[in-house]
Amino acid sequence: MNARVKAFAPHWGSRLAWVAALVYVVFAASTLQVSWERVQQGGPQAAKLLSRMWPPNMAPDKLDLISSGMLESLQIAVIASFVGVVLSLPLGLMAARNLAPSLLATAARVAIALCRSFHPVIVSILFVKAVGFGALAGVLALIVSSMGFVGKLFAEVLEELDEKQVEAVRATGAGFLAVLIMGVMPQVYARFIGLAAYQFDSNLRNSTMVGIVGGGGIGAALFTAYQRFDYDVVMTILVLTIALIMLSEALSMGLKRVFR
Amino acid sequence: MTALLSLRQLRKEYQPGVPVLHPLDLDFGVTGGGGLTAVIGPSGTGKSTLLRCINRLVDPTAGQILFEGQDLAALRGAPLRHMRCRIGMVFQEYNLVERLTVIENILCGKLGVLPVWRPLLRKFAPADLDRAFELLHAVGLPEDYASRRCDALSGGQRQRVGIARALMQQPRLILADEPTSSLDPKTSVEIMELLQSVSNREQVPVIVNIHNVELARRFSQRIIGLSQGRVIFDGPSEALTDELLNAIYGGKDWQG
Repeated sequence: MNARVKAFAPHWGSRLAWVAALVYVVFAASTLQVSWERVQQGGPQAAKLLSRMWPPNMAPDKLDLISSGMLESLQIAVIASFVGVVLSLPLGLMAARNLAPSLLATAARVAIALCRSFHPVIVSILFVKAVGFGALAGVLALIVSSMGFVGKLFAEVLEELDEKQVEAVRATGAGFLAVLIMGVMPQVYARFIGLAAYQFDSNLRNSTMVGIVGGGGIGAALFTAYQRFDYDVVMTILVLTIALIMLSEALSMGLKRVFR
Repeated sequence: MTALLSLRQLRKEYQPGVPVLHPLDLDFGVTGGGGLTAVIGPSGTGKSTLLRCINRLVDPTAGQILFEGQDLAALRGAPLRHMRCRIGMVFQEYNLVERLTVIENILCGKLGVLPVWRPLLRKFAPADLDRAFELLHAVGLPEDYASRRCDALSGGQRQRVGIARALMQQPRLILADEPTSSLDPKTSVEIMELLQSVSNREQVPVIVNIHNVELARRFSQRIIGLSQGRVIFDGPSEALTDELLNAIYGGKDWQG
């Protein structure tokens, strides 16, 4: 009885990893002065801020300013998503190791990694310096991040292709492009649309951010309102932003249903 | 009379020094007409490799594949694709593009000869569409199946679409790789009957890999017995004796 092998042998490696992670979290929190007292002090402060935010400022001139900013954000998101997603289609194809020659795939993967290495806000600082203040900088920054995200995930989708279906199309004598059109795209199209819809969602959220560094959109107005302590205006912007995001969520769900 | 397809000293090694196919010499379609040739043999004996070498889905290590006077083994790029067009293929697991409709899958048979914009915009020539619908009917599927997606079909129906796709190529030769192995016995017979009838009607020889010896005997004029990458038997179905089957499959317990 006692001689039997243990059914669940202890895995010391994973235990050690968990302990190490826990120790480091505690250590990091202590060096950064993350403490419960400060969180408690923050409570009343937050309540005061919230009370100053209410009611939202609905003055017509403010609403005008906000709605033109929101519209610009929306436009930035739409343009950046469209261009970024269209560009990530060939980029993803080039990065898929089962379709592209390995040298090209490696090059495309490096390009994708570069696109992904910085947060859109940091990229838009670069573009603001390059092309000046305004929506163009925001659009370019979000195109870069869209290509990074959609390109990478699309390449991964392509690498999970069912080779049998592709083989059969190849066996008919079809050329490379025809194989892509009839053998590859039908398999991955729905998931590509899903990625694009998700990226649009994410671009919409980021397009409200790029304005903080001068990339156009509602971000500039939001930042100004914060600095002037116009918390009621901040509230209006936040509420409208949430409404916009929810709207796009519904839109992308509809899109996925259409392209299933 | 020359053969439609001649394999000369065809050899395939996936790993150097481990031949899956020993140098083979085989001729197919000597009569120029239809009819089935069955390739039988144990699993892993190179039947699939043999078939895939013919249309170069697998590259042979050495040897010639003479098809209509040209050596397929020496072709690359566009000329290879051009020759592939004339060889239809039917697969064990149907290999339809699951998310395309039945008619789109059948029209895939035309891809080798169409400019790319036609499949891209789904603008197929009326004559091709007519032919696709004809084939849908010929393989025994009702017309309203045309717009169904293939992932909604049963196995037997999928294999019918697979056969229609191969016929759409207007092939001079059809390769069928275990076309019945994923099907139930009754559907298997139906699919073999279908292959036989289209072969005779369109005057296309069919080379079929098959596990089921009974089906091979019943539907083919000629049987090739393969064992460990060598041809053990090549002759008319009637000449395949139990002794020869033992030689091909080894032992005899399995015959019951």
